[in-house]
Amino acid sequence: MGDTLTLLGLESSCDDTAAAVVRHVPGHAPQILSSIVHGQAELHADFGGVVPEIAARAHAEKIDLCVEQALADAGLTLAQIDAIAVTAGPGLIGGVLSGVMCAKGLSAGSGKPLVGVNHLAGHALTPRLTDMAAFPYLMLLVSGGHCQLLQVNGPEDFTRLGGTIDDAPGEAFDKTARLLGLPQPGGPSVEAEARAGDPKRFRFPRPLLDRPGCDMSFSGLKTALLRTRDQVAADKGGLTRQDRADLCAGFQAAVRDVLVEKTRRALATYMEASPEAPMIAVAGGVAANQSIRAGLEEVAAAAGATFTAPPLRLCTDNAAMIAWAGLERFRAGQTDDMTLVARPRWPLDTARAGMLGGGKKGAKA
Amino acid sequence: MSQTSRTIHLASPDATCRLAERLGATLAAGDVLLLSGPVGAGKSHFARCLIRSLLRTPEDIPSPTFTLVQTYETSAGELWHADLYRLSDGGEIEELGLAEAFDTAIALVEWPDRLPEPPAQALSIAFAPLDDPEARNATLTWTDPRWDPRLEGLDA
Repeated sequence: MGDTLTLLGLESSCDDTAAAVVRHVPGHAPQILSSIVHGQAELHADFGGVVPEIAARAHAEKIDLCVEQALADAGLTLAQIDAIAVTAGPGLIGGVLSGVMCAKGLSAGSGKPLVGVNHLAGHALTPRLTDMAAFPYLMLLVSGGHCQLLQVNGPEDFTRLGGTIDDAPGEAFDKTARLLGLPQPGGPSVEAEARAGDPKRFRFPRPLLDRPGCDMSFSGLKTALLRTRDQVAADKGGLTRQDRADLCAGFQAAVRDVLVEKTRRALATYMEASPEAPMIAVAGGVAANQSIRAGLEEVAAAAGATFTAPPLRLCTDNAAMIAWAGLERFRAGQTDDMTLVARPRWPLDTARAGMLGGGKKGAKA
Repeated sequence: MSQTSRTIHLASPDATCRLAERLGATLAAGDVLLLSGPVGAGKSHFARCLIRSLLRTPEDIPSPTFTLVQTYETSAGELWHADLYRLSDGGEIEELGLAEAFDTAIALVEWPDRLPEPPAQALSIAFAPLDDPEARNATLTWTDPRWDPRLEGLDA
């Protein structure tokens, strides 16, 4: 199948609702013809954070509008689309469900094939969309709810080398912001605060750093931060701005050290197979953290691998990555029918499920 | 119905895990556990241990902070793990289908202060950090007599 393919993608697995159209001419860089993200961050700024949209109905209304706009921006009608890709999980079930229902409706109405996509596969395949990355490449996926090191061998072939066994770093950043009275989302606000801080004043634990393997743990870091905050506040009768900045800097340094070291180990495993064009890609909101990113770039350079991080709009939730992952599946002859179900959890590497939240670290790290 | 309360000292995360497993073994559809306490108090650790002990095959147990709810098929029936921190009003909780789950599934609810009306049958577990960073106190509070026999000897 060497044909030009044009796919519509739908994404509604978390707080954002999105639709996009992606076209691929074999041998050429894929083109994003349109990408609409109806985010809720601005809508809910008054609440000091992103308030989730619970109702599948509300998602459904928005996804219809996103689809219309994505087609209009691409200058296409549904009839000119080859197939419809949709996130079928994992995620907020009401959202996933509304996306799947909408895609089924569009598929039934237009007669176009339906392709279910794993949201995480969308992130993991984004370097193919943005950089035409060749298989296999190493992927560090770090977002609010996810943290895993994957070797990406094919559109549906992922080997999980490691990941968090409890909280994801994005969640740790959000909770750090909560604990220090900084605005949500926590990633950018903690990073901004850390710039004025001394990362060496408070020494936070680097959980699991002394253990072999690529698994990580961030839950204990949150507790350590809380303890240190309370101790400083008790000693001085409150926190100064400098204290807060130093806490942020110390926290960020701990997250960076863990991510960098575990990535270095995963990279060593990946390089053992002597890939022709070694590449490490980083995706997810946490990849936007400049300090963490610089650490990862150094690790890649030291190992002789290319480093890439897709632009932020394609790193955070979007539908272009879903259209692309669907396009890869569709090109391989894979489609779904009306039995496609929404899945709240859907590990990419099913052989290694049970690690996240497995808490398998023996004594408290 | 009178309210009963008991505080259990948990010396370590492992002790929290053992309490979760022993309590988990007594749960059935319609049981609700409300897990409260500050960030880092051990709510999620407790929930993960409990869920893991009821899963027939190992599965990922992600944090429900972003997805609000994670549901599991366990050996004791359907289980809901909810984190209400990001919710702001009771209407959203209704949309989530949580009230229905309180009747038809086992429910573990973090940040239950967001509930407009906590279910009467619930067992509340409040986790409190102590000076020893490894230790916690868990205060169990309930009015429904269903919990009396199940909680007997739990702290032994």
